[in-house]
This record gives sequence, C-alpha cells and structure tokens, in this order.
Amino acid sequence: MAVNTETIDAVEKATKDYKYGFITDIETEFAPKGLSEDIVKFISKKNDEPTWLLAWRLEAYRKWLKMNNEEPKWANIHFPEIDFQDAYYYAAPKTDAEKPKSLDEIDPEILSTYNKLGIPIKEQEMLAGIAGSGNVAVDAVFDSVSVATTFKSKLSELGIIFCPISEAVKEHPDLVKKYLGSVVPQTDNFYAALNSAVYSDGSFVYIPEGVRCPMDLSTYFRINAAETGQFERTLIIADKGSYVSYLEGCTAPMRDENQLHAAVVELVALDDAEIKYSTVQNWYPGDENGKGGIYNFVTKRGACRGVNSKISWTQVETGSAITWKYPSVLLQGDNSVGEFYSVAISNKKQQADTGTKMIHIGKNTKSTIISKGISAGYGQQTYRGLVRMQAGADNATNFSQCDSLLIGKNCGGHTVPYIDSRNPTSQVAHEATTSKISDEQLFYVQQRGLNPEEAVALIVNGFAKEVLKKLPMEFAVEAQKLLGVSLEGSVG
Amino acid sequence: MGTALEIKDLHVEVDKKEILKGLSLKIEHGEMAAIMGPNGAGKSTLASILAGKEGYDVTRGSIEYLGKNLLEMSTEDRASAGVFLAFQYPVEIPGVATSTFVRTALNAQRRSRGEEELDAMEFLKLARQRAKELEMSEDFFQRAVNVGFSGGEKKRAEVFQMSMLSPNLAILDETDSGLDIDALKIVAEGVNKLRDNKLSGIVITHYQRLLDYLQPDTVHILAEGKIIKTGDKSLALKLEEKGYQGITEAN
Repeated sequence: MAVNTETIDAVEKATKDYKYGFITDIETEFAPKGLSEDIVKFISKKNDEPTWLLAWRLEAYRKWLKMNNEEPKWANIHFPEIDFQDAYYYAAPKTDAEKPKSLDEIDPEILSTYNKLGIPIKEQEMLAGIAGSGNVAVDAVFDSVSVATTFKSKLSELGIIFCPISEAVKEHPDLVKKYLGSVVPQTDNFYAALNSAVYSDGSFVYIPEGVRCPMDLSTYFRINAAETGQFERTLIIADKGSYVSYLEGCTAPMRDENQLHAAVVELVALDDAEIKYSTVQNWYPGDENGKGGIYNFVTKRGACRGVNSKISWTQVETGSAITWKYPSVLLQGDNSVGEFYSVAISNKKQQADTGTKMIHIGKNTKSTIISKGISAGYGQQTYRGLVRMQAGADNATNFSQCDSLLIGKNCGGHTVPYIDSRNPTSQVAHEATTSKISDEQLFYVQQRGLNPEEAVALIVNGFAKEVLKKLPMEFAVEAQKLLGVSLEGSVG
Repeated sequence: MGTALEIKDLHVEVDKKEILKGLSLKIEHGEMAAIMGPNGAGKSTLASILAGKEGYDVTRGSIEYLGKNLLEMSTEDRASAGVFLAFQYPVEIPGVATSTFVRTALNAQRRSRGEEELDAMEFLKLARQRAKELEMSEDFFQRAVNVGFSGGEKKRAEVFQMSMLSPNLAILDETDSGLDIDALKIVAEGVNKLRDNKLSGIVITHYQRLLDYLQPDTVHILAEGKIIKTGDKSLALKLEEKGYQGITEAN
C-alpha cells in the first residue's frame, strides 16, 4: 500500500484546518449530501482513525475522482444514472427517538415475510430496527447473554481476532496496514475506489497459525455492529494452517433506506490455510414495477497466497434490485484451490449480473465453479465468469457448470463465460444448461398435494441443491425457505 | 358400499376440439374399474381431467367425488381429498430426493386435512415399511425423483408414492406401458396389496394382460369419447379376442 509523503502532508494540512471547515459541525452526527474530501475526512474523524488511514482514504478518493466517468458499463444491467453527489455517505446510527416504536409501524409486507421465514418476534424487532431492540438482540436470539460472552472468550483464548474493522485499525494496526487493499487495490474498479474512500465499517478477522476456528463466525454474532453499513469493508486473514468459516448476511429482509451499496471483501489465505465464506443476501428487491430496491455493487476477492491454501465462496443472492458481484479467487500458491458456488434469483424486475473470476497463477491449482441462476417474473440474470490460466499455471484445472432455470415467459437467463488459457498443460471444462420449469413438472407436484407456490419452491430447491448443500447447516435450512418466499407470485 | 365417483354426460374440449363426448361412469367404494379403448379414444384425457390438469374445457356434464363437485376443486385439493394419479410418464424432478418429495407431499396433504404432520423419523419408519411391503430397495429414497430411473423403476416408484399417500381413488394411467412381463407383475402385485374396501381404482390400459393380475370388478370400453360398453372381466377377454373393431361393431 503506497502512502506517499505528499498525501500525508496534504492530510496534515487539511487536519489543521478542521476547526474552520465544515467539520466543526461534527456534533450533528450526519454529513450533508454529496462527496468531497471534507466528507472523507469527516468519516475518518468519526471513526477516530490514524493519519495513515485518512491518507489512504483520500488517495482512494482522488483516484475515484479521476475514474469518475469510468463506471463499469459492460454488465447486463440497466438503471438510471446514479448521481453520486445526491447521496449521503455518512449517517450516525439512528437514535431510539427516530426509530419505529413497535412492529405495528413496520410495513405489513415485510412482517409477513418474517413470519413466512419463521423468525421469532424479538428477532423481527431487531431486524426492523425497533427502538431499544438492538441491545437485547444477542440474548433474544440465544436466550442468554452468556452464549455471546462464552463465544467471545473462547475465540480470544485461541488468539482469534474478530471485531469491527474500525476497532482493528486501532488495536491491530500492523495487520490492517499490511493487508488492507492488498487483494482489492483502491483502483481495482470504480466501486472499490468509492468504498475505499468512504467505507463506514465492517468486519475484521485474523486466525492465527495452526488454529481451526471452532465455530462459524457471523456478522450476526458480532456485538456492536448490528447495523450493516452501506459501504462495508471486510478483511479476513487466515494464517498458515488455519481454518475459518465465515457467514455474512441474513435471510430476513433488512430495512435500509440507502439505495446504493458498495462493499469490499478481501480474503487472504496463507500456506495450508482455508477460508470458507458464505453469504445470504436478501436486500430489498424493489416492487413489481422495479421501484425502490437496493443497488448492490460488491467487490469480493480472495487471494490464495500460500501453497495448498483454499478459498471457497458460497452465495445465495435473492435480494437487491441490481446485483453486480463477482467473488473471485487469485490462485497464487501452488496446489491452491478456489471454489465458487452460487444461487441467484431474479424475480419481479430484479437484475443480476454475477459470477466469478478464477485466476490461476501457481502450479497444480484447481478451481470449481457451480452457478445456478433462477429467473422469474421480468427478472434478468447473467452469469459472467472468467477463468484464466497464467503461463506458469502448469497442470492447473478448472471445472465450471452454469445452469439457468427460467420460470414464465418474460424473464431472461444469460451465460457469458470467458476462458483465457496461456498454459498448454492446463485444462478448462465448461458446461452450461438452460431449462424451464415445465407445466408437466408443476402438474406432477401439485397432483401430489402441493400448491403452486410450494411446487415451485420444491423444484427450485432441487435445482439449487448442489449449492445449498455447501452452506452451513442452519444457513442452508433458512436459505431453502428463502428461495420459496422469493419466488412467490412467480406462477399462477 | 356407496358411490365414490360419478361422472355424468361429460363433454371435454382441448383447443376447441371435443375429446370426451358425453362420458358417464359410476364407481363404487372399493371397486376396481378398468377402462380400455383404442388410441385417441380419450383415456388419458379422462385421467387428466380427474386429476385437475389445466388446458381442458368442460363444456357440459358433472363429476361428483365423495359427494363433492370435483371440477370446482384445485389440483392439490383433489390430491388431499384422496385422488391419486399414477402417471403414464412420471416426471423427473432433478435434485429432489424421492423421500423428500414424498414427505413434502404427504405433509402438505395432512396439513390441508387438518392432520398432524409426520416428523422425519415417523416418516422414515412408514416409508421403510411400505418399501418392504412392495419389495423395493430403500436405495431409491435418496435418488432424485424419477431421474435416471428405468421404465420399471418409475412405475414402481409411482406405486410406492401411492402407498405412502393412501388415496381413496387411484387412477393408473397406462401403468403397464413400457413394462416387461416381470415388471408388470411386480407393479400389479404392489397395487393389489393396497386394495381394500376403501380404495377405488380406475385402471386405464390398452391390454388385457395387466388385468390378469389386477382382476378388475368392472370393465368399460371407451371409444370416440364415451363409454360404449360395460361388463365384467370377461369383456376384456372378449376384446382381446375380437379387437375394438369387433366390439364396436357388435355394439
């Protein structure tokens, strides 16, 4: 990470001017609309960040400005141009006074989805952001505060660091400095640059050498971070010979008034280490007419830096109006393994352009891609993937399978696989299918007693089974229900 | 006894073409009725209309099932009320294990009848018992529904589903098609094991040979969209001897 003296000077100069600038408004707890160096400084100050990080953010911001007309246009997604000066980049968590007082004030449609997913009332209150619910979240979910406490102390006994990244910056600056931006550079793409400049918070995980993390780590468990931010930044490092399984997201639809989301996730696996990263994304998808809904532009990448290392991405993407997301793996270490398992649903007017990149650099590296895309309603879905065999990737192998399932007449499924092989000893295999749920299948299942919605859910779960079985058990059960709920109204 | 199913003067069109032209049929509780007839007579249309498949227009007539108007019920409600169709071409459902499929179906039916659902253990116990009765290996519990099944396996799996769902009215749509004689015997024995005074059956077939094993109570000849002749098992034998032509002319 390059922080040059010029930048640092600039920051120091700017810092001195704080009391004269708009930063004096710091007590107001929110930043005005729009993006400027002042906003970047404001965010950094709010997080009480060291100078090097502010400098890094400003550097990203300046690079982003230069990219300003370089929003990626190649994806198969269509939306009105985003006015980045018309968005908020920082808002303090809402006070209880501003929050809804009870579930009675929540959109009945959201509540009905909670009920269909079988979410307990206490948890519903937390998800809906009910006043005063946040503090009791942990014991509401686990019936006892001690579970969370035991959880924390067990992790620290093993030397595992699991905390908000804002805290890691202060307590483990060397680790953050060494790895932040090392997998996804600031200028990787337009949205990654934006995230680097204005990220609010996120998770930090470090698993020490030889440690096998005894439980799935989940943002859900992470105390002090009940609110998922608009610009999340996650950094996970698995040191030599370690293992961790990380769960992100939640099957329940989350309330969020910010339309634009741009997260960055970086994973680093050293020699013989393994990271399993599972996501369930269910942001608001917008209504039947495509109004509202989250724009989700995510950059996720893992680096298998060490020999025999392994990174596995599993995602269930059912929400958001727009999904632009390609969790990727850089297979640098010899014998390293990269995996991508994905189920994505586009219903109503949702658009998803998602896939992966497997970049084989080391020898005997191996990657597997299983993508299951489901389109219904007026949904449009594109699988976009790149498999590259670099010149040094002797005997590297890839297997890709991309299946699309269409429900109804007005949706679309597209597959765009790029293959780039520069090593004659490497092997790349790609299989793709497109199928429809047939009337015969629906009739057969209904004849056995299922209603049309249950029938679709059953068929879709069968279609996605190969991916669902890769999820941790309890996540898989929830994800199965979620697929059914997400497709409600798609037949009939 | 009492009547399980009564079809009166049923007229059915598909794409404006009349397929059933005044079909009437009455089946008592516990009765096994065979329906025979030439290709294109409307046998499969009858099976589909009873099960509630879309795309058929009933222009005249009525179907009463256990005292209810069957034509007003949804496909799944008919299933929960005990109507079971063993498909001529059972459909594949990739990725869904047969046991998961049957458990989901059974519990959906039980829910809709206001009965308690079976948990995984109760279900497995019942499924094992039924598989044993039908002399089927349990291997297929974990195989995806009909995927990669041979013709015989598909038909046996249909009989297994039928035994699990314990219907009141079973419609076997050309269950014998594509089966060799050994498979046919096994399937027929399976169905026979399920016969009791509650189960009524409609066996649709082209050939007499299935009836050798199933022993129907009544035999009905369906030709040109209606039942043209009704008799006992000897009618099937006569048909085998003289052919449809002979029967139609004799009529």
